[in-house]
Amino acid sequence: MTMVSSAPRDPRRTGRYVYATAVFLLCAWVLGPLYLLFVNTLSSPEAVNSFPKTYVPEFNFESIEFFMEFAGMTGALWNSIQVATLTMIMSILVGAPAGYALSRFEFKGKETFRILILLTRAFPLPLLALPLAVLFIRTGLDDTIFGLALVHTTLAVPFAVLITFSLFSGIPMELEEAAWTLGCNRLTAFIKVVLPLILPGITASAIFAFVISWNEVFAAAVLTIENRTLTAFLLQNLDTSALHLKFAGGFILVVPALIFIFAVRKYLFAMWGIANR
Amino acid sequence: MQARYLPYVLIAPVSVFLGLFFLYPFYLVAQTAFYDGAGWSLKNFQEVTSYWKFPISFKNTLWLAAVVVPIQLALALLMATMVNAMKKGRDLVLYIWTIPLGISDLAAGIIWLAIFEQSGFLNSMMHGLGFIDRPTALISYQNPTLIFVAIALAEIWRATAIMLVILVAGIGLIPREYYEAAQVFGAGRWKQFLRITLPLLRPSLSTALVLRVILAFEVFAVVQALGGTLFPVLMSETYAYQFELLNGSAAAAVALIILGISIASTIVILRVLRVPKGATI
Amino acid sequence: MAEIKIKNVAKNFASYQALNDINLTVSDQEFMVLLGASGCGKTTLLRIIAGLETATQGEVWINDRRVDHLPPKDRGIAMVFQNYAVFPHLTVFENIAFGLRMHKHPSAEITKRVHRTAELMHIEQLLKRYSGELSGGQRQRVAVARALAMEPDVILMDEPLSNLDALLRLEMRAELKGVLAESKTTAIYVTHDQVEAMSLADRISVMNQGRIVQASDPVDIYRNPAEKFVAGFIGNPPMNFLVADKQADGRWNVAGQSYDGPSCAENTLDFAIRPEDVVLAETGISAKVNVVEPLGVHLLVTCDVNGAQFRATLDSDANIGRGDTIALQPQLDRIRWFEPSNGMRQSLEKNDV
Repeated sequence: MTMVSSAPRDPRRTGRYVYATAVFLLCAWVLGPLYLLFVNTLSSPEAVNSFPKTYVPEFNFESIEFFMEFAGMTGALWNSIQVATLTMIMSILVGAPAGYALSRFEFKGKETFRILILLTRAFPLPLLALPLAVLFIRTGLDDTIFGLALVHTTLAVPFAVLITFSLFSGIPMELEEAAWTLGCNRLTAFIKVVLPLILPGITASAIFAFVISWNEVFAAAVLTIENRTLTAFLLQNLDTSALHLKFAGGFILVVPALIFIFAVRKYLFAMWGIANR
Repeated sequence: MQARYLPYVLIAPVSVFLGLFFLYPFYLVAQTAFYDGAGWSLKNFQEVTSYWKFPISFKNTLWLAAVVVPIQLALALLMATMVNAMKKGRDLVLYIWTIPLGISDLAAGIIWLAIFEQSGFLNSMMHGLGFIDRPTALISYQNPTLIFVAIALAEIWRATAIMLVILVAGIGLIPREYYEAAQVFGAGRWKQFLRITLPLLRPSLSTALVLRVILAFEVFAVVQALGGTLFPVLMSETYAYQFELLNGSAAAAVALIILGISIASTIVILRVLRVPKGATI
Repeated sequence: MAEIKIKNVAKNFASYQALNDINLTVSDQEFMVLLGASGCGKTTLLRIIAGLETATQGEVWINDRRVDHLPPKDRGIAMVFQNYAVFPHLTVFENIAFGLRMHKHPSAEITKRVHRTAELMHIEQLLKRYSGELSGGQRQRVAVARALAMEPDVILMDEPLSNLDALLRLEMRAELKGVLAESKTTAIYVTHDQVEAMSLADRISVMNQGRIVQASDPVDIYRNPAEKFVAGFIGNPPMNFLVADKQADGRWNVAGQSYDGPSCAENTLDFAIRPEDVVLAETGISAKVNVVEPLGVHLLVTCDVNGAQFRATLDSDANIGRGDTIALQPQLDRIRWFEPSNGMRQSLEKNDV
């Protein structure tokens, strides 16, 4: 009988080691570039333009200050916030009722309507901005916050419909029916029963709409001239602006994204899970 | 009764909205593209396709999609299966991996600019390792391959997350018993992935691919931030026609070409990944 | 006084006819069970009474008031749902109080009623909890309490026990019967479980393919099924059927045996007998035993009689094995006869007590 002197190499343990390393590397792949952007943003303009780079931020806010004082930048930031907020409100107000209708009713034309919604995903939507630019000039909507918000709502509303559809579908019809038998009409049952249950999900899809608008570049660049949004402003000045300005701008663009993903992380998968079908 | 009309009342706002801002503009684009001032013609298309930059931007757009999307798909599948097997730290890892989902293409371009610009982190690192003495311009017309690599990396970095989310959601819908049954019949991990995960994931795969491929044809801001005019793509051509050349008809024609390849690839993807009726989960 | 009258109600879903000319009267304080297999229309009928579904035609009357055009809230009904429908965002107290608040009862009254019904359903200690913290049985109690707190004229229940496990179902069944008898409410209860129906009902309406086949008290339904469908549906195992050939007027040949039966024009009838209404005998219907299942109280024996399946529940002491040929003698006053063409029972005056 031979004694095994050392513990046999467990292939499963090796596998787990490889697995953990892979997870770590993929996390680094995502976070690394972000970290480098933060290093650049939190360094002085001199450091940003110097060579070689350090890999630790100086925690110097000159770049950010420079960015905020740059002519037109705060205006663009404010425009972005307004357009995104308006988009968020409009896409939920317009999209949620349709999501409710899809989840609760069988009606003629439902399939056609669903296809129209899905179709929007198969089309390069920002291109819409081209004819709308002409149309908006005629109607006086050109270069306005509202006009751009309308286009961004077109981008966001199919998502709002599909996401709210899946959210409403997650709430059993029985709950509403129970409320009806207990003295509610359609509206009060919706307010007392459906709304409280759906509110977190609605918030998540509202934030989703906000970010769609916040991040949109092409339509914003096409439709605004004086009232540039942040993305459009940065795009316009890409060739000419200094590095530290670009990085600070990128940083401001990224921050809401981080908060967004954190805020909706619970809903992200549920939203896509059902919206897929 | 009132309930019969309610669904139509509820979908009316979206229908009007999409009619006004989705269907009607597309009609206008088509009209502009096919109209040459006197009547219907393909003149605008002939004009844009005969422009010397068109073959380059067309090729660039397709190449970029052809390289980026398969890598993203593989990466997203890998990440999704890894997440699926994860017990501890799943939420944290998922949060980190989905961060790029919220990041705009412009911001992604700027982030990767921090790495690839002349005084950027890549040059700094090579300097630190002693490969180079002085920073060289990485993104220049002498380095078209490197521009392509930088843009591809930025796209892969930014837009894998959307596929990941769709695939994780899709894998979540596959009942565990199928895997247990496969194990009982002797399938290892790799076989389980090939025989269970992939086929049952087809609806999610086609959603993810359609969405991603269309977005890949629309690539714009990343390219603008990293390559500028050094790397023309169809979308930047549209933008240039509209603003620099003030030629709306040509812009519309390019837009329709983008639309055409988008629809064509959507149809191909849906065909290839079609699930027979009744074979869904 | 809460009487429900359903007059000529029909319901079509697209081309599919879910309900076909339903007429039914449920008298005050009666416990009516709608019994049938899934898809027979029982739930649709209940939902039409509740106002959750609109009938294609016909009238629904509650308390001499026509209600079919009214929304559910104005019908004086309360309902218990299959999946309980306990609101997840409200505590048990608020769930029970929900309907009372909607009807603007004073808050002292609400508190009093909630506590009273909670006590009745033995859930006083759960009032502060949320639905997610309750077991299935507890949720069921909340759902019933919520309906009872309304003190409705009519309480409608849609398979309320079907999601509970067997033991709990038995317990809740007895409790439900007591509570509802106490509350003096008229009740309509939908189920596919015939034992549940038998034990709860004052009267059962057996439904099949969108119509009510028979509405009567449980014993009558069991003993005197109006149609062959009911005979084959009620009872576990259900009635046995054998072909009877006419020998003479009022005299029928069943598997070589001769029995008194109805006098009618037909040449063949279906002879029907419940498995427990036959006994082992020296002579009788000759049956070849295929399966013997000892069930404790008795033996369930599945035999073959002239190619037809025939079940008998016999004394457990009977020494019977597979392959034996036995003789079975039916209890004569329990024999029922059905017309093969339409499945209707052929009445024999002396059998119809």
